[in-house]
Amino acid sequence: MSAHENTDQHVEGAPHASFKEYMIGFGLSVILTIIPFWLVLAGGFDSRGMTIFIVIAFGVMQMLVHMIYFLHLNTKSEGGWIVISLAFTVLLVMIVIAGSIWVMFHLDSNMMPMLMDAAKPSP
Amino acid sequence: MSTNTPSAEQIENAPKFLVDEEPHHAPGSLLGFWIYLMSDCLIFAILFATRAALAPNVAGSPLPQEVFDIPLILLSTFCLLLSSITYGFAVLQMQLNKLNGTILWLGVTGLLGACFIGIEIYEFSHLIHVGASPQSSASWSSFFALVGTHGIHVTFGLVWLIVLIIQAKKHGLTVPNKRRIFCLSMFWHFLDLIWIGVFSVVYLIGVV
Repeated sequence: MSAHENTDQHVEGAPHASFKEYMIGFGLSVILTIIPFWLVLAGGFDSRGMTIFIVIAFGVMQMLVHMIYFLHLNTKSEGGWIVISLAFTVLLVMIVIAGSIWVMFHLDSNMMPMLMDAAKPSP
Repeated sequence: MSTNTPSAEQIENAPKFLVDEEPHHAPGSLLGFWIYLMSDCLIFAILFATRAALAPNVAGSPLPQEVFDIPLILLSTFCLLLSSITYGFAVLQMQLNKLNGTILWLGVTGLLGACFIGIEIYEFSHLIHVGASPQSSASWSSFFALVGTHGIHVTFGLVWLIVLIIQAKKHGLTVPNKRRIFCLSMFWHFLDLIWIGVFSVVYLIGVV
């Protein structure tokens, strides 16, 4: 059997992509990219925290757009295992990133208040 | 108890605890490749966490807002986003079994990926030139580790892309080649997804 006889078959388990899906994903991605860049180039909001929040929110939205329209993820692909492994990974990523930031930003805090009292110069 | 031997009907309706055949599973490696991508995701999570923790520690080296060129990053972002959609067109052509169309769009994807890498190399050399080198401070070490790891991924994606174009030219769109092209599409879209995190967290928040 020559290899060329197989060419009409599709890869088993591969989702069927459509032109419409890719164009919707691309259009949304362009919008979700331009807005945060424009916001930052324009100087952002008065509150730095608000600008950071908006940039991250647009980033998360664009990641979701990529997963749905480019990676064709849905709850049924590969018997649900794709979504389960994704959920587990997102959990680990959250623990690693949020946990690291939480720990590192508290390194400057006093470790034991009692010791700090003892460190004060005695009158 | 009426009888000890079950009737044929009872056997038919009895619950089965042994599967007659192996459950059918697609021989493709898409789930396995997805698990690999998730493990790669954890590598990037650690690098993102390191960057977030060390970003303020510039130790006298240039500040990100002094040296980042945001319009250039917008350009490289669009190179990568366009390469994602052109890879999508390659997959669409592959579904229609059009070999030349697939190779054409894979080639366009490769060119856009090469543009992205070119811009990144230019940016890195510029940063090192103005004193923001990997050894200058913890902040820039974490920057080069994160962005550099992403760039290495894209570079190896390009090597894989070139190999696949040669394979497709030589053997046509066989099922193994289709599977490989589909796996690389997942890899390529995944790298674009990671880049969203990079330009949001490293570049945009870096200059706010």
